[in-house]
Amino acid sequence: MTIISLANVTKTFDSGYTALRDVNLDVEAERFVALVGPSGCGKSTTLSLISGLDRPSSGTLTVRDRPVEGITPGVGFLFQRDALLPWKTVRDNVRLPLQLRGVDAAEMRRRVEEWIARVGLRGFEQSFPYQLSGGMRKRVALAQTLVYDPEILLMDEPFAALDVQTRNLMEGELLNLWQGSGKTVIFVTHDLEEAIALADEVVVMTAGPARVKARYEVTLPRPRDIEQVRFDPRFTELYARMWNDLRDEVLESYARANAAG
Amino acid sequence: MRERTRPANRGLVLAIQAALIAAALLAWEFSVKIGWVDPFFFSAPSQIAATIASWWQHGYILRDVGVTMQETIFGLLVGGAIGIVLAVLLASSRWLGAIFVPFLVLFNSIPRVTLVPLFILWFGFTLWSKVVSAVVLVLFVVFFATYDGIKDVDPTLVANVRVMGASRFAVMRHVLIPSALTWIFSSLRSAVGFSLIGAVVAEYFGAQAGVGYRIQFSESQLNTSGVFGGLFILMVLVFIINLCFQGLQRRLLVWKPVDS
Repeated sequence: MTIISLANVTKTFDSGYTALRDVNLDVEAERFVALVGPSGCGKSTTLSLISGLDRPSSGTLTVRDRPVEGITPGVGFLFQRDALLPWKTVRDNVRLPLQLRGVDAAEMRRRVEEWIARVGLRGFEQSFPYQLSGGMRKRVALAQTLVYDPEILLMDEPFAALDVQTRNLMEGELLNLWQGSGKTVIFVTHDLEEAIALADEVVVMTAGPARVKARYEVTLPRPRDIEQVRFDPRFTELYARMWNDLRDEVLESYARANAAG
Repeated sequence: MRERTRPANRGLVLAIQAALIAAALLAWEFSVKIGWVDPFFFSAPSQIAATIASWWQHGYILRDVGVTMQETIFGLLVGGAIGIVLAVLLASSRWLGAIFVPFLVLFNSIPRVTLVPLFILWFGFTLWSKVVSAVVLVLFVVFFATYDGIKDVDPTLVANVRVMGASRFAVMRHVLIPSALTWIFSSLRSAVGFSLIGAVVAEYFGAQAGVGYRIQFSESQLNTSGVFGGLFILMVLVFIINLCFQGLQRRLLVWKPVDS
């Protein structure tokens, strides 16, 4: 079943910059889809449009067969930058989405404690974000998003700012949390390895304005071990095929940046 | 390295400050004693102290300070409330902001002292002429700080909360206002000073009590000790208010990393 559908979607900003041109993309429900492409190619814009934070300039964008108007219900968004409210404790940050939904107090307390425990932050409920490491803040953000059980999870290079070890750890935890949850994930990254290790399907986008260049099924079995899967021969083979596509786009955007500079 | 980044010893700093004040007062007193300075124009610390003591005996100080504080607090509350509400309104709509902010900039450029006689004309020698004088100063300080604070908020925070399903009001409550709070706070500290200035200046122009009235009355009698005495009382007032604010700020901004 198609849950998200973009048909000829174009986004031109007020500045005149066209981030997306005629993007056509259908996403099947309950799949983990990675969007890869050169930096600044409009991947993040795609997520903004799906979440309803921004409007397409033309084309149609539907989620669950309904055109997106206002914020799309049932969507969670993990941002690349820190988006926790610095003036709220870990507990209050995780509670906020439930509070906004008017969940009753007992249920709210139960779910908040459950998710704080699930992301391994028990004992840090009273901490403020500035007192936590980057990896811990990402865990809070994950709990804050998953606590209200969104059907669709949009992730915009959420682990890009972390060191490699923490990053691998978080990727593994994300897969554990997602596995069997029935959620649809769209995961934006410029890291092809991350994309293949995590996703069911990798969508390669062109240098901006972004279009869909190619789509690849990732047939690696699940559950996956983030550390081990990279040594699977199928992984290497997929990587080589995709990199062929991606390389042209990266070179293209690189050449353009140089020409502009 | 550790030595260099350590903050200065608080006790030592206080001791040096106290010594500087004592030295300045002694120098002043001494210059009057040996006749370098004419006490008619410059008074002397001992005379000022005597004046303050006699005011205290007459019960003037508590009454004057009470009146001035009442005006200052009313001015701060009313001006602060108007400033914050106005800022929240104008910052939440691109249209309202574009239309009205330039007017506020324009009004803010009026030297407020020149309006005080008008306020006294309109409201008489009452509490309200003083409060209004304070309000027209406080309002702008708080407005601009809050407005800038709201505009300065990290857009990612707003986006995050919106995706969670926050209404405009919830965005205001959970993101914009807490984010502006740091700014509002630092503005409130200077706003207290402005509120006091507004109240005292209005008292100076026409009142029956208050520290400003006391200064004006002393001046009319060519009593320089009285003028300095009034100023001293004002200084002590502002100092105490600032201490209270620092305590409040520490309690309300616990989420901020402490910088040494």
